[in-house]
Amino acid sequence: MTPLLRVRDLHVGFGRDPKANEVVKGVSFELMAGQTLAIVGESGSGKSVTALSINRLVDFGGGQITAGSIHFQRSDGSVLDVTQADEKTLRRVRGSGIGMIFQEPMTSLNPVHTIGAQIEEAFRLNRGLTGAAGRQAALDVLDRVRIPDAKSRLAYYPHQLSGGMRQRVMIAMALASSPRLLIADEPTTALDVTVQAQIMALLAELRAETGMSMIFITHDIGLVAGIADNIMVMQQGVAVEQNQIDAVLDNPQHDYTRHLLKAVPHFSAGKAVRTDGHRVEGRAPIVSVDDLVVRFPVGRGLFRAKAAVHAVDGVSFDLQPGETLAIVGESGSGKSTTARAILGLNSHQRGAITTAAGRSRRPIQMVFQDPFASLNPRLNVEALLAEPAIANGQRKDAALHERMQFLLERVGLPADALERYPHQFSGGQRQRLCIARALMLNPDVVVLDEAVSALDVSVQARVLDLLVDLQREFNLAYLFISHDMAVVERIAHRIAVMFAGQIVEIGEARGVLADPQHSYTKRLIAAVPAVERRNQHFAVDMTQVPSLVRQAGYEPPEARWRQAGIDHQVRVEVAS
Amino acid sequence: MSYVVQRLLTFPLILLGVSVLVFVSIRLIPGDAITAMLGTEAGMMTPDQRAALAAYFGIDQPVWSQYSRWFLGLFQGDLGVSSIYAKPVLTVILERFPLTLQLSLMAMVIALGVGVPLGVLAATRNERPSDLVVRVLAMLGQSTPSFVIGVLIIYVLSVFFGMVPAMGTFTPITVDPWASLGQLFFPAVTLGFAFAASVTRISRSSMLDVLSDDYVRTARAKGASPMSVVWRHALPNALIPVVTLSGVEFGYLLGGAVIVEQIFALPGLGRLVLDAITQRDYALVQGTVLFVAFNFLVVNLLVDLAYVALDPRIRLGSR
Amino acid sequence: MTRVFGALWQHPSGRVGLFIIGLYLTLALLGVLGLTPHPALKQFMIDRLTGPSASYWMGTDLLGRDTMSRLMLGIGQSMLIAFASVAWATLAGTIIGLFAAWLGGLWDGVLMRLMDVLLAFPAILLALLIIAIVGPGTFTSVTAIAIVYTPIFARVVRGPALSLKQRDFVDAARTFGSSQRYILSRHLLLNLVAPLAVQVTLALAWALLTEAGLSFLGLGTQPPTPSLGLMLAESKNLMQQAPWLMIFPALTIMLGILGFNLTGDALRDILDPRTQRRTA
Repeated sequence: MTPLLRVRDLHVGFGRDPKANEVVKGVSFELMAGQTLAIVGESGSGKSVTALSINRLVDFGGGQITAGSIHFQRSDGSVLDVTQADEKTLRRVRGSGIGMIFQEPMTSLNPVHTIGAQIEEAFRLNRGLTGAAGRQAALDVLDRVRIPDAKSRLAYYPHQLSGGMRQRVMIAMALASSPRLLIADEPTTALDVTVQAQIMALLAELRAETGMSMIFITHDIGLVAGIADNIMVMQQGVAVEQNQIDAVLDNPQHDYTRHLLKAVPHFSAGKAVRTDGHRVEGRAPIVSVDDLVVRFPVGRGLFRAKAAVHAVDGVSFDLQPGETLAIVGESGSGKSTTARAILGLNSHQRGAITTAAGRSRRPIQMVFQDPFASLNPRLNVEALLAEPAIANGQRKDAALHERMQFLLERVGLPADALERYPHQFSGGQRQRLCIARALMLNPDVVVLDEAVSALDVSVQARVLDLLVDLQREFNLAYLFISHDMAVVERIAHRIAVMFAGQIVEIGEARGVLADPQHSYTKRLIAAVPAVERRNQHFAVDMTQVPSLVRQAGYEPPEARWRQAGIDHQVRVEVAS
Repeated sequence: MSYVVQRLLTFPLILLGVSVLVFVSIRLIPGDAITAMLGTEAGMMTPDQRAALAAYFGIDQPVWSQYSRWFLGLFQGDLGVSSIYAKPVLTVILERFPLTLQLSLMAMVIALGVGVPLGVLAATRNERPSDLVVRVLAMLGQSTPSFVIGVLIIYVLSVFFGMVPAMGTFTPITVDPWASLGQLFFPAVTLGFAFAASVTRISRSSMLDVLSDDYVRTARAKGASPMSVVWRHALPNALIPVVTLSGVEFGYLLGGAVIVEQIFALPGLGRLVLDAITQRDYALVQGTVLFVAFNFLVVNLLVDLAYVALDPRIRLGSR
Repeated sequence: MTRVFGALWQHPSGRVGLFIIGLYLTLALLGVLGLTPHPALKQFMIDRLTGPSASYWMGTDLLGRDTMSRLMLGIGQSMLIAFASVAWATLAGTIIGLFAAWLGGLWDGVLMRLMDVLLAFPAILLALLIIAIVGPGTFTSVTAIAIVYTPIFARVVRGPALSLKQRDFVDAARTFGSSQRYILSRHLLLNLVAPLAVQVTLALAWALLTEAGLSFLGLGTQPPTPSLGLMLAESKNLMQQAPWLMIFPALTIMLGILGFNLTGDALRDILDPRTQRRTA
């Protein structure tokens, strides 16, 4: 049987001299009809470029296939070498043979056309359906991707839909061409974990319905464990290992694959929680937050706002010296707003934030998510590290210099880094710089707002190790804000789960992760992809986050709490 | 919708500011208003005559009451009386305005008609010879002031073609459309030349940006033809900055008309301002400047509304 | 600084632009020092309206004055007005834009609406209004052009300043307790240098154009001081007999504007992170 796709010794380069700037260096693989191949790798591995080469979209991004062949079997049985095909043939292949969905559903849809027009266009181009027939086809396909109320949604513009909905529209558009092969390039990376689970379940069902093949590009080996038949691991433009999924997961051959499986945080439902450091009941907290409320006015009336976004609605917790409290939740849950309110970066309407006297005048410091945005690009490392000290009245003397050197060394950066500028460092190194800067004032508490989320998975693991070491050495308390359950499991002593501006469950890490009580926590944990849960299947679940916009004067009902363990409290759910 | 509402609310505010600025700046002219108005003749008047004249123009009142009287007059179309034409200022302006409006609109049509296609062409042929030619021409065009182009056009026409462009005459478009368009053709080219160059440049760079956007890749992944990618998917997005530019440039066209009308000796609003300034007809200066600023503001408001029509993200707001 | 100049010199249009600006500055300096081929104001009545020759490279005018010498002085005059007015506009616009962005709220609204009022006048018209009040002259031209461009600089600064204010490194600075002065100077202004440099260069081109336009109308630099715009305007009636009187001033004006435009464009290519990303 001829494979649907056979890639032989593919080389792809960029720039004026593509042979000298190769990003993909001799990749070969085959894909049988109906099968799913996962291509796994970190940024710069060439996985996306490989995928974009299959339908030659790479040409438009400045890339060029310098060697190799890509044989694709078309629906009439003929085999086409994509690398040799002319643009006209390629257009037909893209239209009705290979469908593609992308990482950013936000920017992948045209903002000035309705989604109906964009889907109908796909039907017109590929099946010649126009007018009422095109409209009906668009309606049908929206139903197939489980978009509720499809008829009225056709007139929506992309910006009126949520990220998950937009990705469904992208999938609908790809389905319009009845593709024999669907290429999904990190389709869920920009989405929340529960939405990710919905999209993954949808893709699995569609694959079963249509019998199409899939190539699934991802950095998360756990995500594809349940959906792929074969897996190819890429590193720096080379496929270092490829085999059937079980063989790779259970018996990895290459060092890099082993590293991805072992060193990188994978979620294991509470089995990998930290065993060092414990909360001592009754010990005085270093920070305590009581009934914190943050609201942002919207829909400004003539004199005062008519409604407000209840971003944080009555959040209370405390933090002991030396412990990590992780606040987990999805976008819009209010976790970052909570962190920013504690630092005084946004004002709060109600509630008390009490800080015990610490080691310095500013006992709470913060590390931000994006290491590229949190360092002023025009200042060198010396100026960056000196800033907190100068702001607090220290002088630029030998002692300060010594502290900078000490902290740089401690976070694993070379001593000559002081003279350099942020753009001369990698993402992981920049985040180390940010950590060093946060430690300049010798704080008691460090707020880490998605501090490892923007990093590649293997870099993530090393930064997490550094954070644990620093915590022990300086007896730091961490408030660790994250959406990533696998990362949280590695660093948290305690976990608070936030949903729609409120804490719904809080307690000791193992208890919350292994035995979640609140329905949202259960759903969140069930949605986390995990290697060891690869055979578990998700049903398509359409639960949406409730709106946080409330009329002026609205107060949430008072929370009632239920004890689920010694240190494990759950908010009592009220049927609504 | 709040964007439109906000624009509509600030519009009268800015108009008020503009009127204050024009009013105050005329009061800042050194010397008293009577001398300014009548020049040396003022020296021959008796103090009684002066006082009577001051009372007639209302300049014996405090400044704020002068302003409020003047401002209220604006709503009745009362911009004062021109001393050189001895006619109401508004009447003089409305006689001259059709020419300048037609000239500016023609220049705009020429600029957009030439600039947008050239810019799109250059963007789709990025870094190829035709792109380089367009870029060099656009750069030269942008660096050539209208008075240089105007003088060159007259020179070339008269020396090489023995033609003298219709100078000083204007037939309203309602009387004889072809003659009217013909008379203003070269002036409009002169006025629109630099604008065409900047439209070309903006269209090109905006098109290049848009062509590398994700949704253009999506369109290609759907199998859309290059024509459809450029015209249907990319251009509506790429036009947004061009529309913004057009609003700003329309003001430059109205202002540039001063120079072009001077070169081609056309009896438009621009010439009127110049004459008013050189002959110290302050009521006329005040009225004309206010009139042009008002038109510019209205055009910019219209441009903003066009912008809203083009971009559903502004039209419908986010969720 | 030297890095940017190096990069400009490597950039094809940057090199041409820098060369033109250098040439003009040299000519202007020679003019100011009196090192012109002939005294610029002297009337060689015998040589009235002679074409370009070995003695008068660019010919003479109706009064027998040497065109080239007059052009050199005219360049100096144009450059003086352009640099002075852009300097004022940059200073005023930067201060207004920076404070509007930083203070926000009512301050932002009031300052920017004031700028909108100024922007409601077409540039030439606003300049004409100012000239109508003060009377034409070098100082008036500088003031008029500066006032016309102040709101543009205010907008150019306010936009990026607003987005810088939202950036994480400014938030970080607040968590350390850095002073407002430190944040404004180190985190905002330092990052505004690049967009400002581009805008200043392009504004110089515009200022040259506006100055020449005002002189062309007879409302800029007043005779007998030579000015490029007036020389062009005066050539109109003689263009049949003495085309050199038109060609050379026209070319001088174009080339000067071109020089600044080319340099500004090249600077934008070099300093704008967006284009950097595209070429990367």
